[in-house]
Amino acid sequence: MMIQIKNLSVDLGGPLLRDITLDIQRGEYFVILGPTGAGKTVLLEAIAGLHPIKSGQIWMEGRDITLVEPERRRIGFAYQDFVLFPHLSVRDNIAFGLRQGWKSKPEAEARIAWLSALLGISHLLGRRPDTLSGGESQKVALARALATEPKVLLLDEPLSALDPQTREATQRELKQLHSRLGLTTLHVTHDFEEAVALGDRMAVIGEGRLTQVGTPEEIFRRPNSEYVARFALTRNIFAGDVEPGEKGHAFFSIGSTKIAVVTDLRGRLHASIRPEDILVSTEPFHSSALNSFQGTVTHIADRGSVVYLTVTVPPDFICLVTRHSFEDMGLREGTRVFITFKASAVHVF
Amino acid sequence: MNRCALMVRQLKTHPMEGVFLILGGAVLFFLFFPLFKMVALSSPMGLFDALRQREVSSAIWLTIYAALLATGVGLILGIPLAYLLARHSFPGKRLVEALIDVPIVVPHTAAGIALLFVFGQRFFLGKVFHAIGIDFVGEVAGIVIAMLFVSVPFLINSAKEGFKRVDVRLEKVARTLGASPLRAFFQVSLPLALGSILSGSVMMWARGISEFGAVLVLAYHPMIAPILVYERFESYGLDHARPVAVLLILLCVLMFIVFRTLAYRWERK
Repeated sequence: MMIQIKNLSVDLGGPLLRDITLDIQRGEYFVILGPTGAGKTVLLEAIAGLHPIKSGQIWMEGRDITLVEPERRRIGFAYQDFVLFPHLSVRDNIAFGLRQGWKSKPEAEARIAWLSALLGISHLLGRRPDTLSGGESQKVALARALATEPKVLLLDEPLSALDPQTREATQRELKQLHSRLGLTTLHVTHDFEEAVALGDRMAVIGEGRLTQVGTPEEIFRRPNSEYVARFALTRNIFAGDVEPGEKGHAFFSIGSTKIAVVTDLRGRLHASIRPEDILVSTEPFHSSALNSFQGTVTHIADRGSVVYLTVTVPPDFICLVTRHSFEDMGLREGTRVFITFKASAVHVF
Repeated sequence: MNRCALMVRQLKTHPMEGVFLILGGAVLFFLFFPLFKMVALSSPMGLFDALRQREVSSAIWLTIYAALLATGVGLILGIPLAYLLARHSFPGKRLVEALIDVPIVVPHTAAGIALLFVFGQRFFLGKVFHAIGIDFVGEVAGIVIAMLFVSVPFLINSAKEGFKRVDVRLEKVARTLGASPLRAFFQVSLPLALGSILSGSVMMWARGISEFGAVLVLAYHPMIAPILVYERFESYGLDHARPVAVLLILLCVLMFIVFRTLAYRWERK
């Protein structure tokens, strides 16, 4: 076990944490999901030794580190807004930790060269932090944290300060980095898709308590928190394989069902579709949309002016229809329906 | 001509601005005209002659030197306090912050008397320092503590604001990278607050140079320049006091400009 958090409580400054118990395996990419103000950053800071705790223990590799100074824990930390040292060049930012450990100069130089090549920031070494873009700053912050060869990497909302394009690229890079280095990583986020895309396992935190721990799949299928449940209703998320198709689109296969998607990515990935992007009809519907499947209504969730339908193809698709069309079509559980959506409505990540 | 007419019209439409402009001009005149007139009236030869008098040059040198010493002591004692005040909140913090400003509001002759009650040879701290060979009354050390007392608030307040502007998370990141609290302070917080510390030091040093009252009580001799100006005025009159006063003003303004520019550049960097 890499990290064991035992009955951790925090009650000083900012959001509280109550009785958190959590085990994180060696080499795992673990995501902590929760809304803003749930205490995620405080939890990371407590693990790193940067935030005073009220009670409980933190163990690392079978050793109690609750009272160990942060500089001796060998836990790397990257904040959401990067927090680079503004008075140091990019090179000196990355070298900061290496200078503390009295590493020999050639050794430090080699480490900086290797890391900056790995992260693709070799050309930035002479720059000052205030001249970097968000994505570049993020990579420098990562390189700085990785320079001292930490045993655990803590990432506080690493993608939320980035613009959407940089965000997707950085998300992929984080995944590659993790599979390359095999470093135990704790990643905090409020974004469910991020959690699904990156996490081997995840935990949901709300108002200072852990509400659920499991694989993203488990948590998505059986949410026991309002936060995740609400999210689960707003997205269809599937795991599957992307294979090349024809005419510029690809196929995302979930079991025997093949969905046409638009993406350049290949391999084992995730896809999400918004319930409101799926058209429900009782007759086959001919349109420009590439995806059309027949299925059975298996669950109806009435929300007043709108109705959420679960249509089992398989897999299960959650679809949103207005109360008016729901009554028009006379839908009930067991009705055979057609669902139709555009390839471009599917987000692959 | 046209521009004049325009201005007059603007003043007519904004009578308040007009009144403010007149009052503001009066203050500026009041601030700068006496200094300007005194400097303009003195001949370079007269100033040079004054500077050649041993009494004058040594008084000016002593003033600069003692104020620098006071600033040095202020840096060593003031920066830790400034850092603590910027980083922590504790019961009574407001009171401590108010206490720091007290030397600015008390009359400085009174401050000098108060210091005498602590550092005089009959009193406890005076005895302690006497035992290690430091006396204050009538000594340079007395000048230094008098200057320190009245000018250190400027440094502490400026350094405190500087430390407050340093994101606490920069220190936290430094800790996770293996830096002890002391190293994090010297490698991150201090360099980032250095601009404010420097400009606070300049303010403190300038305030030290201009001190008269507290120094007068603790150490009339050795004589600093402000006391020399006063003595010459009392004993010989206006014309004898003027060259020393002009020299002092020119020197202060010159060094103030130089250091302010340096500190400002640093802060902008």
